[in-house]
Amino acid sequence: MSVPHALLALVSDGPKFGLQLQNEFEARTGEVWPLNVGQVYTTLQRLERDELVETDDSEGDRSRKRYRITSAGDRELADWLRTPPDLVPPPRDELVIKVLVALQVPGTDVHEILQVHRRHVIEVMQRYTQAKAAADEDNTALALVVDAELFRLEAIVRWLDAADVRLKQRPRLEPVEAADMPFESTQEMEVSQ
Amino acid sequence: MSALELRHVSKLYGSGPTEVHALRGVDLTVDRGELVAIMGPSGSGKSTLLTIAGSLEEATSGQVLVDGVDLTEVSRSDRARMRRRSIGYVFQDFNLLPGLTAVENAALPLELDGVRAKAARATGLEAMEELDVADRADRYPDELSGGERQRVAIARAIVGERGLLLADEPTGALDSVNGEAVMRLLRAATKRGVAGVVVTHEAQLASWADRVVFLRDGQIVDQTVAPPGPESLLAAGDRR
Repeated sequence: MSVPHALLALVSDGPKFGLQLQNEFEARTGEVWPLNVGQVYTTLQRLERDELVETDDSEGDRSRKRYRITSAGDRELADWLRTPPDLVPPPRDELVIKVLVALQVPGTDVHEILQVHRRHVIEVMQRYTQAKAAADEDNTALALVVDAELFRLEAIVRWLDAADVRLKQRPRLEPVEAADMPFESTQEMEVSQ
Repeated sequence: MSALELRHVSKLYGSGPTEVHALRGVDLTVDRGELVAIMGPSGSGKSTLLTIAGSLEEATSGQVLVDGVDLTEVSRSDRARMRRRSIGYVFQDFNLLPGLTAVENAALPLELDGVRAKAARATGLEAMEELDVADRADRYPDELSGGERQRVAIARAIVGERGLLLADEPTGALDSVNGEAVMRLLRAATKRGVAGVVVTHEAQLASWADRVVFLRDGQIVDQTVAPPGPESLLAAGDRR
């Protein structure tokens, strides 16, 4: 979440006070992403330094200042909206590692491990859905924020489901050859963690 | 008394080498006011569980209690009466009869149960009002939008004094936002005092349930614990 760009967006329709920006930010993200007022002022200070926002009065009490977007800020915001976010996943997904490791541990039922994680993810999804159910149906901002989390979590469940099927179909347990694994050996894997 | 109770329910199809254990000793209790989702891979017994709970199919062994009545003990005709009076079904494609108006569809279970047409219509309208679709009462299914058809199908499933609502993949081929609307309606129906059981393979839909039960190879292998409430998410957000 880019707080600077969110604040730029909020001042793009007219000058606003810091406190007002904090309230609007939280309201528009369905209060799922809290933002403290100190963070708001630190960010505004940086935006002002970079000449992306300006105030009428550079001296005086920060809570009395109204922040306005500059033309450079407008351009920055327009660029940012169109810049694709980083979609490259983390180099080693912890859940994937756990499942791969489970395959190597004698006496471990991988399906049981998958189920533990499936249940956990769905419990988190239930909490998000409760937030959506408790909110007004016309609270679009909250629905968008919660949907984003739900789709991400659902993708994990689908991966777990696919892993279940794949592991069920795999040829009966030979000890897994080191060469079959994306690691050179379990020894090395421990080191890399 | 629970709206639905399955005690050690097993279901066996075929015999000898072609024998298939669809369910093995399933215990499940669902109370009024509770929405339970059943999840599991294909062939895990989800739909069998639902058809047995709805007495559309008989268990090979074990007991099925609906509103405290053991369906395995009562006569065939009593069972049929339970089916008409106590249990509502929502199907994947809604299954509205095209030759009947919306309210006639909603009131159909009552008419099948011998309630006179006028009284059935009045009760059908009440159910449609709960689902905010009463103004469509005299339209035919092909004159309704997809969303309205869903609402009529759910109205039919809760019409009268039905205490148990069973739904098999009730969102069918709907997109995720309309699928969510169906889950909201099912959840609202259960909050008004019905027990709901929904079979789904979609985690997002299941997450509308109070409890998610996981089925695998005909057995309940796991279930979620009651979620602690959405405020815990805000605390998690703080740490980001």
